[in-house]
Amino acid sequence: MAAVTEVRAETSTARTVVLDVPDWPGHLPGQHVDVRLTAPDGYTAQRSYSIASATDATRVELTVQRADGGEVSPYLTEILDVGYPLELRGPVGGWFVWRPDAAAPVLLVAGGSGIVPLMAMIRTRGSSGSRVPFRLVYSVRSPADVYYADELRRRVRDDAGLDVAFAYTRAAPDAVPVGRVSPETLSAHGWPATFEPACFVCGPTGFVEAMADTLVGLGHAPGLIRTERFGGDP
Amino acid sequence: MSTAHHDGNALAGPLREVFAVDLTTAVLRCPDCGRRGAVASLRVYLDAPGLVARCPGCDAVTLRLVSAPGRTWLDIRGPVEIALAPEARAAGE
Repeated sequence: MAAVTEVRAETSTARTVVLDVPDWPGHLPGQHVDVRLTAPDGYTAQRSYSIASATDATRVELTVQRADGGEVSPYLTEILDVGYPLELRGPVGGWFVWRPDAAAPVLLVAGGSGIVPLMAMIRTRGSSGSRVPFRLVYSVRSPADVYYADELRRRVRDDAGLDVAFAYTRAAPDAVPVGRVSPETLSAHGWPATFEPACFVCGPTGFVEAMADTLVGLGHAPGLIRTERFGGDP
Repeated sequence: MSTAHHDGNALAGPLREVFAVDLTTAVLRCPDCGRRGAVASLRVYLDAPGLVARCPGCDAVTLRLVSAPGRTWLDIRGPVEIALAPEARAAGE
């Protein structure tokens, strides 16, 4: 059983829940936990959420986007508070993970809340002292929808070898065009396929499939593209 | 949009209740269309009773998993072949 030690707003509809998990064995970035809620009548609902933080003793952070009509996320984003217990299992998942001893350059492609497990990779790169070059292409609706905005800005300045490019699909800052992530975006801000980068793509199902197809179209080997799909657009 | 997983990555925890290794990195072959891919890449539907995983290539049901107190019911009659790599075993540690 985990205990909530802090909650932090990321956007108007998403927040980070900081947990203390006794006996946490540590995790790889990209792994997740299963959160189980049990109602007084015994009804249970379980969902799987990516870990946002790098391994740090018994501290585990989840960032959860509220899904209207969802069974679990409204509780996590609106009711859960400091001191509350939370039943979780994990870490689990060995597919969508980045290992800090890997040498290949990394391309991260995030759609909206798909940034969460990719942020764990960026944070782990920082805490492990990895020199592997990382590029993040982050698609958001508007500047207000960016998770971890201040931290990303700071890391781009301080973490040598990390580049971040944004695509704004609805509203962009002044002088920045509005548009989806295109093959040209991934060519300009990703890696050439000949560099054989490890590609991690996470976001809503439609976004993930479009990005994976685009990467394959740009010559990336399907075996080097790992995907994780969150729920679809509302 | 949500942050809950809607693909085979969501099967990692439930399958670890049944198997000693992380099965999400295993490669399976779809009996209908022949597509090979990691269990993690399956489409997973959470709103059915339990979890239903379908092939992303042809939508055939490849795996069904229902957990009840004291009992887990797993139907994997779909895939004709499941291949486990050494990485899968290491990742399950």
